[in-house]
Amino acid sequence: MNAPNASGWKPEMVADDGSVQPMTVSGDKGLQLEEPLIFELNRAGQTGVDIDAPKRGPVAGLSKFLRKAPAALPGLTEPEVVRHYTRLSRQNYAIDLGPFPLGSCTMKHNPRLNEKVARMPGFADIHPLQPKHTVAGAFEAIAELSDWLIGLTGMAAVALSPKAGAHGELCGLLCIRAAIEAKGEKRHIVLVPESAHGTNPATAAFAGFRVESIPATEDGRVDMAALISRLGPDVAGVMITNPNTCGLFERDLKKISDAVHASGGYVYCDGANFNAIVGKVRPGDLGVDAMHINLHKTFSTPHGGGGPGSGPVVLSEALAPFAPLPFVQREADGRVHLVEEEEIASTGHAQSFGRMAAFHGQMGMFTRALTYILSHGNDGLRQVSEDAVLNANYILRALEDVLEAPFAKAGPCMHEALFSDAGLASGFSTLDIAKGLIDEGFHPMTVYFPLVVHGAMLIEPTETESRMGLDRFIASMRSLAERARAGDERLKTAPHFTPRRRLDETLAARKPVLVWKGDAA
Amino acid sequence: MTRYFTKEHEWIQVDGDTATVGITDFAQESLGDITFVELPEAGRAVTAGEAVAVVESVKAASDVYAPLAGTIAEGNAALDAEPELVNTAAETDGWLFKLTLTDAAALGDLLDEAAYKAYIAEL
Amino acid sequence: MRYLPLTPADRTAMLASVGAGTIDDLFADVPADALLSGPVEGLAPHASEMAVERHMARLAGKNLSAGAAPFFLGAGAYKHHIPASVDHLIQRGEFLTAYTPYQPEIAQGTLQVLFEFQTQVARLFGVDVANASMYDGSTACWEAIAMAGRVTRRKKAVLSGGLHPHYVGTAETMAKFTGDVIEARSPVLSAQPDDAEVIAAIDDQTGAVVVQYPDILGRIPDLAAIAAAAHAKGALLVVVVTEPVALGLIEAPGHLGADIVVGEGQSLGVGLNFGGPYLGLFGASEKFLRQMPGRLCGETVDAEGKRGFVLTLSTREQHIRREKATSNICTNAGLCALAFSIHMSLLGGEGLRQLAAVNHDRARQTAERLAQIPGVTVLNDVFVNEFTVVLPADAREAVRSLADKGVLGGVALGRLYPQDKALHAGLLVTATECTTDDDIETLALTLADVLKKGA
Repeated sequence: MNAPNASGWKPEMVADDGSVQPMTVSGDKGLQLEEPLIFELNRAGQTGVDIDAPKRGPVAGLSKFLRKAPAALPGLTEPEVVRHYTRLSRQNYAIDLGPFPLGSCTMKHNPRLNEKVARMPGFADIHPLQPKHTVAGAFEAIAELSDWLIGLTGMAAVALSPKAGAHGELCGLLCIRAAIEAKGEKRHIVLVPESAHGTNPATAAFAGFRVESIPATEDGRVDMAALISRLGPDVAGVMITNPNTCGLFERDLKKISDAVHASGGYVYCDGANFNAIVGKVRPGDLGVDAMHINLHKTFSTPHGGGGPGSGPVVLSEALAPFAPLPFVQREADGRVHLVEEEEIASTGHAQSFGRMAAFHGQMGMFTRALTYILSHGNDGLRQVSEDAVLNANYILRALEDVLEAPFAKAGPCMHEALFSDAGLASGFSTLDIAKGLIDEGFHPMTVYFPLVVHGAMLIEPTETESRMGLDRFIASMRSLAERARAGDERLKTAPHFTPRRRLDETLAARKPVLVWKGDAA
Repeated sequence: MTRYFTKEHEWIQVDGDTATVGITDFAQESLGDITFVELPEAGRAVTAGEAVAVVESVKAASDVYAPLAGTIAEGNAALDAEPELVNTAAETDGWLFKLTLTDAAALGDLLDEAAYKAYIAEL
Repeated sequence: MRYLPLTPADRTAMLASVGAGTIDDLFADVPADALLSGPVEGLAPHASEMAVERHMARLAGKNLSAGAAPFFLGAGAYKHHIPASVDHLIQRGEFLTAYTPYQPEIAQGTLQVLFEFQTQVARLFGVDVANASMYDGSTACWEAIAMAGRVTRRKKAVLSGGLHPHYVGTAETMAKFTGDVIEARSPVLSAQPDDAEVIAAIDDQTGAVVVQYPDILGRIPDLAAIAAAAHAKGALLVVVVTEPVALGLIEAPGHLGADIVVGEGQSLGVGLNFGGPYLGLFGASEKFLRQMPGRLCGETVDAEGKRGFVLTLSTREQHIRREKATSNICTNAGLCALAFSIHMSLLGGEGLRQLAAVNHDRARQTAERLAQIPGVTVLNDVFVNEFTVVLPADAREAVRSLADKGVLGGVALGRLYPQDKALHAGLLVTATECTTDDDIETLALTLADVLKKGA
């Protein structure tokens, strides 16, 4: 491996007589362009940056530490770099290209004003350890975001340092653990619905808890009776998602919270689906003690091909004292300051469970999210969740006659519509529909999650899809559903029109090749 | 030499007090392409029902349980380079580990071939 | 509203088509006393793009940016010149608004970038393999400690006093909950790093020995000696690199015996950003591959035999292993990894060497100029682009006074170690290729002035 296009495959054309002929010499097909690795571009030992020569050599003592040879990495000139990465970018689907209906990911439009604001030198070019009075505006922006997150959720405080959603989950659970230890109690169990996202039990395990699973009822909600009957002095609390991973509102959450609190436990809410209820429901009103918010979901900060994220955690009065460092605090006179290790005793944060990461949090995501929030305002954010829920219901009703929707008869969904693979022809699966959807020009929906529905397809359009865009998507989905029910064999080899066909993931796992080795001796 | 089975889809071939354990053809079929097998270390003492190995495919990781109490004698070293043996030869060359039994009497609790076949027919 | 495509007519028609009278019919499952009757009170209504931009610009305008003053801060976050093409390329919508590459057929752009990134990090660090990035250097450092614990089955980690205190704090916090034992120590204002103390502390309970390179005071530990001592006791050496530009000049940790190398990639491509988002780098020896946390991108072929890339070895991760995963991490630092990779692609190994040489040269000039000031001593014999000076009194005062005069003169050790009075006279000073002769002269003159007044 590691040879470009080792098979020598080039685009081919089937002639009228059925013979197959190569179409181009380059291997490119019009605007569909192949691109080798940077290591294959003959730039080993070169550099594409103009750097002034130093005036002198290194200090004497450095000589025994010096590298023997530069790292074996190529340096490309600007034209080569621009071309390389531009060509690569064109092999990606993105929100900017079309609908990205991934359930529970909230792939909404990423406003460009966010990018402009984040790049203002006063935000982008400041060091976290500058004297605090030289970055007062940064602390004010953080405090303003905090006020919004607290107001929208009806909670008491927010911890801003977690770097992503899973990191926020960990923060919430560590607050719970700290609170329990502060009471001198020992509670080792956390209850997690079986429909939960994988990060939930993984996080609970890392926070030192044992996970017990609570089943779902036939109407797709967590079984409240089973949950409440399991509560006891060994249960630290429950991790619940609301709306849940089936796209349904957990009607009994307040009752569950009351029962959990009565038994001395805490309620962690996974806020991944906050887009369904922002501006309409406050998790604080439902008894939640901690909830992480994915700024890269509900608040439009870009997904960037996998990150960076940001996972601030809103906290109840009960858990606020345990929030991790550092903390931005607003004084009575309105001034804002940063509470670091030095200040914890004097500012009433002595019970903080400690520091979760270096510096102060994902400032670049704070400025983007605040820009988005200020743009929408309290009325706009309410409209966001209403449109998100309306769009999802529109899809649900438009597809429920061709795909089985396990909970559609019982009532509306929230911001995402859930279908199963019931009714597909024998040998046909959700995966085939997903790959077929790629040929139709869309990114597939979330597939095979939640685990509680067989062959699950979870579709979240978000509020930034137009009606016309939804209709186009629905038309493609109807066609694919019908083809899968009829057993159209061409689905099995989809996608056909993409830069790469289905990739051999088994080979990648059996014989991992994780770095380029083309220059190995 | 007799072959026993469990409801967790393991087969056990017993020779004296050594048991060779693997997963059944039914199991490998439902797991899909096997990409990696995590085997227990020789010398480890295990109890019946304890998770001792993991069989991985691209999208899943399945625990394999010790059918009986004993000490691990060896893991199948061939699986390191060729995990696909578990797919192609699950009930022969694709064995997972050998166990020195400490409680051979417990073999009586396991299924025989007919019982296992009946069990999977119902699934 | 400019981000909401549904029109009032759309909403009316769509409500009718789903059989709902009002939008609240779709919120029927929400208990009546929990459903808000109007927008959340006490928060402002929507605003135009112009108004929001003006508001945020006013907040940004209250901050003194690094480019607007002589700037000498480091301590884990560094100001370097980022070539103009980097920011343009990462803002292409196909990179900016793409998702995690779970559908590889339409994500080969992201995946090929990750493969190139992994190769760059592995070669920079001198190790076999690297992952597709983690949140930042401090969490990567903790993950390395946890990984070393899994590999060696030992719970104790010996931390050098030269490790960034925020990284130490993060590890100590996490260890409280996992039961790992963190044996940390404070740095001492000495020209020598604490190699001897670290070596003496390694025993057969030690799983991880953690050393920063260069260290928090800019000194350079002898990694080969520490590696030998660690391996002799069956422990793994974890090396932490907070300034990857330094590796343009000094030997790669993997070539000196490090088993796991982690770091902060912010210096290349990412920018200061007031502390985040940053970029966790994570590399290790191939024999530990299955214990590595984080996403991994691997090469494969597609149905037509063409080379392609996919996320692989996912069975280590949370979405498959759930409680038994190597980490709960889901998101990586995607766009920051792309920015690092583009910057690194422009530099190449040769450019990184030249860049590091210039950084060192500016730092050397700064150190020599500061040494001329009465009352100021340069602690380090050896450094790359960051070193420590010792002032006559608590450096926090000097830093504040310098800032009042428009000079961002470095990081006072008292800011990082508020409880440790023995360190309070220390000031961390960093110079990079961005540092001009004027900057150095201004710093020197202003510092001399500030110290005279304080005397």
